[in-house]
Order: sequence, then C-alpha cells, then structure tokens
Amino acid sequence: MDSEDTQRASRSERVRRQELHLDGRDDLAARAERHPMDEMLREDRLPHIWCPGCGLGVTLTCFISALQKSGLDLDKVCVVSGIGCTGRVAGYIKLDSFHTTHGRAIPFATGLKLANPDLTVVVYSGDGDLVTIGGNHFIHAARRNVDITVICVNNFNYGMTGGQAGATTPVNARTTTTPYGNFEYPFNVSSLAAASGAVYVARYTALHVRRLEQAMVEALLKPGFSFVEVISPCPTGYGRFQQQQSGLETMRYYRDRGRLRSEADVHQAGIVLGGDIIEGKFVDLERDTFGQAQESGLKRAFDKPGRDGR
Amino acid sequence: MKYWRKPLDLAGIRIPHGIIHILQERCKGCGFCIEFCPRRVLVVSDTYNSKGYHPPVVTDSTGCVSCGLCEFLCPEFAIYREEEMLEVQSL
Repeated sequence: MDSEDTQRASRSERVRRQELHLDGRDDLAARAERHPMDEMLREDRLPHIWCPGCGLGVTLTCFISALQKSGLDLDKVCVVSGIGCTGRVAGYIKLDSFHTTHGRAIPFATGLKLANPDLTVVVYSGDGDLVTIGGNHFIHAARRNVDITVICVNNFNYGMTGGQAGATTPVNARTTTTPYGNFEYPFNVSSLAAASGAVYVARYTALHVRRLEQAMVEALLKPGFSFVEVISPCPTGYGRFQQQQSGLETMRYYRDRGRLRSEADVHQAGIVLGGDIIEGKFVDLERDTFGQAQESGLKRAFDKPGRDGR
Repeated sequence: MKYWRKPLDLAGIRIPHGIIHILQERCKGCGFCIEFCPRRVLVVSDTYNSKGYHPPVVTDSTGCVSCGLCEFLCPEFAIYREEEMLEVQSL
C-alpha cells in the first residue's frame, strides 16, 4: 500500500511541478522570486498578454514608478482604460481600475472626477481608443480642462485587432489595411491636446524611461487636463511592415532618431515615417480647472445680494 | 582601480553596486536589457525557459553600477536589482 501511495503522491507532485514550471529548480527559491513591483500588480494575471518587444510593459513600469514617486495616496488613485492592448493596463494594475467601452474612457473618468473630486483620476489608453474612436471626448475634456491625467500610448496602429491603419498612422506607412502605404495625413496627438487646451503636454518614447517617469510624475501632480504621449514599439502590428522586425530594432531607432526639444513648437513636431521623433515637455501652463471654474462661477451667481429673494 | 595619488577622502567614498535578479520564467526574450545596459553586464544565455525564450544572464557582476535601466526597460517585470554601497578598496 505504502509504495503505491508514495508512487501516486510523487506523480501528482511531478505534475504540479510541471504545471508551475518548477522542474529542475528549487521550489522555495522559485516561490520567493518576486519582483518589487509585484505589490502594485495583479500577479494572478501575469505574465501579461503583450507581445515580446512591446513597449507597453515599459510604460507600465514607468507609471508604477511615477505613482510611487509622486507621493499620492494610492487608495485615492483610479485608473480608467478603454479598449485595446493598452486598455489591459487597468486589469494588470492593482489599484481601483475600470475597463470601459471603446473610446469612452475619458467620459467615464470625467464623471468619476466630478462625482468625487478627492480622487486622482488617470486615463491610460492607446491612440486608437483616445484619439480615433474617442477623439471627440478627448478634445472636449481638454477644452473643459477637467482635472484628469491622460496617458496615451501611441503605437500608430490598431494593434489588438490586427494592425489596421488609424488616425495616427504616418503618411506612407504600410499596415495590413494600407498595403501600398497610408495616403491619409495623421493626427499629431500632442498638438491636438495643446490646441484643445491641455495645460500639460509631454511626449517621450518608451526608451527614454527616466524622462518619461518624470513627465508622468509632473502630469499626475498637475491640476487640470495633463497629457503624456508615449511613443511605443508595436513589432507585431506595425513595426514589421516598416522594416523593424523586432521591438528591439524599433528601440534602436528611438535611440538614434529621438530628439529632445522641449522648446520646439508642438504643432510642427509631427511624426514622419523614418524621421526624427521630437520629444519633450511642450506645454506647462496654469489655467482654472473645470471644478474650480464651476465653484467660483456658482459662488459669483449665488452670492449676489437680493437675487432669488435672498 | 589605480591612483597616482591616493585621494584623501578615499575611505569615505562608497560606490553603488547592483545585485541583479532575473526571474527566468517571466522573460520573453525581447533583449532590451541586454542592448541598453550601459555597462554591458548582461548577455543572452544558452538555456531556455519553459516558454522557449533565452533569458539574459549576468556575465560580469562587478561591472554593474545599479543604474536601474534594465529594471525600467524590462516589459515583463522579470529583472530587478538590490543596491549595495561598496567601498572603493573592495573593487
């Protein structure tokens, strides 16, 4: 009996070890292996679905680091995402987070902020979600200057659905839906945000992590509509059609062609296929947020003596 | 390290040094950490993890100055470092 039981036990142990990929390794050592950022992640969902060479993981590392550096109360931080690869961030980060419908992350975040002004609301989404299907919400939230932080990870295509061309795809870029090159002129997302009235606009690539982290800290602490655009590699959906077979090659391109020009005119700093990527903090100004304007406006209206019989 | 004159404050100087930990099973082999390490401390290993990727391995651990770029650039949360401050003499 003993030997049979022992055999069965050892077999189940072997299966368990195979399932956990622990074969040939010290059990305790494998369990003890935890990344310091794991406390900010939903570990049961790791490894994440992002492709090898994708820049989204890099931006998430920067974001978590920025949250920790900003000194904000993490119980009062909410992350709102739309649909797409970047939209998965809300599912991976261990904060109060919402995964909304396509393009509607900003309206959801606006409601969240207006209903509970104590919260720090962050919208973390991709270019396809924020400026293509949700473009209208984006410009109007910037116009109102709602006190939210928007982080837009721009990979120039609709990655999750198979690399279709979108509103940020540069002219002449080949994608699955533009096999002869893209004939449309793209949005310069940072310029759009600045023109719509954002009080903080910065753009960095996924390679320039220290500056990106600093920009995220500043955006989190800035009252008003603050916007950070992150240029990120998408080897599967976009890069391989532009002779960049891996995320690593796209990162090398960012290293060679990234130009730090904070003084540059953001409206002239569009992304051109194969050209320089102008990076920097383009806009940083002070303007009343929607909440402040509403409060002072209501006060002005109702504090007048004699009005409404008061 | 060789000096033509011993600096007066040598005993008080501490140089940061990183002990790199790699979570092999999380790695997807993108190579960001290997390519952008300023001290060229990491190389591709010959071993496979269970997903079939080659995780990086530390070649020269004394070269690491704990800049943290590998930790930042890893999209998989698979590499981190512990920082220690070493005396100059011990290098």
